[in-house]
Amino acid sequence: MTQSRSTTRGITLATLWKDLRLEWRSKDAINSMLFFSLLVVVVFSFSFDPSAEESRQIAGGLIWVAFLFAAVVALNQTWARELRNQVLDAYRVSPAPPNSLFLAKVFGNFIFVIVLEALMTPLFIVFYRLRTIGPAWQLLLVAAVGTWALVVNGTFFAAMSIRTRSREIMLPLLLFPISIPAIVAMVQATTSILNGEGARFWIVLLVTYDLVFTTTCLLLFETVLSAE
Amino acid sequence: MITNGYLFAAYAATWIIHIAYLGTLVRRYSRLKREIEDLKRK
Amino acid sequence: MKRAFPILGILTAILLSYALYLALVGAPTEQTMGDVQRIFYYHVPSAWTAFILFFANFGASVYYLIKRCPKADIVALVSAEVGVVFCTVVLVTGPIWARPVWGIWWTWDMRLTSTLVLWLIYVSYLFLRRFSSSGQTPLLAAALAVLGALCVPFVYFSIWFFRTQHPQPVMGGGGSIDPRMLHVLLINWLAFSCFAFLVCWSRYRLETLQREVDEAHAFRSLTDDPRSNR
Repeated sequence: MTQSRSTTRGITLATLWKDLRLEWRSKDAINSMLFFSLLVVVVFSFSFDPSAEESRQIAGGLIWVAFLFAAVVALNQTWARELRNQVLDAYRVSPAPPNSLFLAKVFGNFIFVIVLEALMTPLFIVFYRLRTIGPAWQLLLVAAVGTWALVVNGTFFAAMSIRTRSREIMLPLLLFPISIPAIVAMVQATTSILNGEGARFWIVLLVTYDLVFTTTCLLLFETVLSAE
Repeated sequence: MITNGYLFAAYAATWIIHIAYLGTLVRRYSRLKREIEDLKRK
Repeated sequence: MKRAFPILGILTAILLSYALYLALVGAPTEQTMGDVQRIFYYHVPSAWTAFILFFANFGASVYYLIKRCPKADIVALVSAEVGVVFCTVVLVTGPIWARPVWGIWWTWDMRLTSTLVLWLIYVSYLFLRRFSSSGQTPLLAAALAVLGALCVPFVYFSIWFFRTQHPQPVMGGGGSIDPRMLHVLLINWLAFSCFAFLVCWSRYRLETLQREVDEAHAFRSLTDDPRSNR
């Protein structure tokens, strides 16, 4: 029992480390995403006038919509490298538990999207002259829990979409409806914190959402991986 | 009986939607029937 | 079995006509909203029927994931499709009702918003079924159905809390209902449930036939002797 648990953790970490190293070496995806994030913030600033008072009300929504776009772009290429080199077939026949592959992908995407968010947030703060009235540490918690919600479902649906026609549109098409409760929670939590109210209900909702969907995706991933 | 335009619109919309769906089923069924005829002939 | 269908069809048509009569004439007129309130007798039963069908989709999908039974897959597909049809009716009759009563077409009311999200989830399910290649479709669709169904309680909680923070007009009203109106409501629900059952049955037979034809095509193309074709 200890053997399989350490193997799962070992494979997860190994796969994650490999992905991070590949990303860092190629820097393709990172650079294009960084620029994309900047573009999104600028376009939003032109579309939604950042004059101080209204911006505090809508900033929560704006930021998360921007993060959502960035996440979708990141998620779309989650499995691209595996597909190109037929790695998925190798995984299917290897004794490695499929969950370790899934977890590694989710962690990798999580780190990736968090980095994007960390880069976009200062831009938002500057362009929209944001100041948070409520507890700022809660914002970090909301960012972490909310991003995980998007990324765990997104990685799962990305794996599903590679077996469909119109792969790139299938991912957001499947991801957005199911993410709506999480998105409502993220946006409302961010808006509440920016305006000085607590966001305890929303954070609890997000944590519960994360637990339920992470468990379910882990249980179902093997089915999706071996569906052929 | 139906004095209200909105009431009529709601009930009409309901049945239009249902009949439209049933229409697609009927169309698919007749197309299938034709395919079966073709298959039987061959 | 096949003879039951026309008989049930006629019975359902009679029941639907009776239910319609009750809704338009038999039920008492509501005090504040007037005749427009009668939309309620079509709006609510459609919603209940849609929820039952989506629940059936969840059950069939779980069963498919466990047993890999093709019939369960067809039930899942059928219940999702017919459920979306009924859900569309809810989303169309809702605003038509809201407009004369509250002056607005849409409100982020608890029930309407939840129904909209439900509609989105199951439409995305139907898109997955249409866009994925036929070998893996049942498994992928079943996985999506489970995730979608698990999402439903979260939809309700998040919209409920959102509404307590941002109060909106409540459509359909709260409070107790006149027993005569309840009677008409239940009759309409029974009629639409029978109707939904017949539609699902037809769709089930159509899908079964479609899959047999597809198999026949596949078999034909595998066993065709090219020399026998002129």
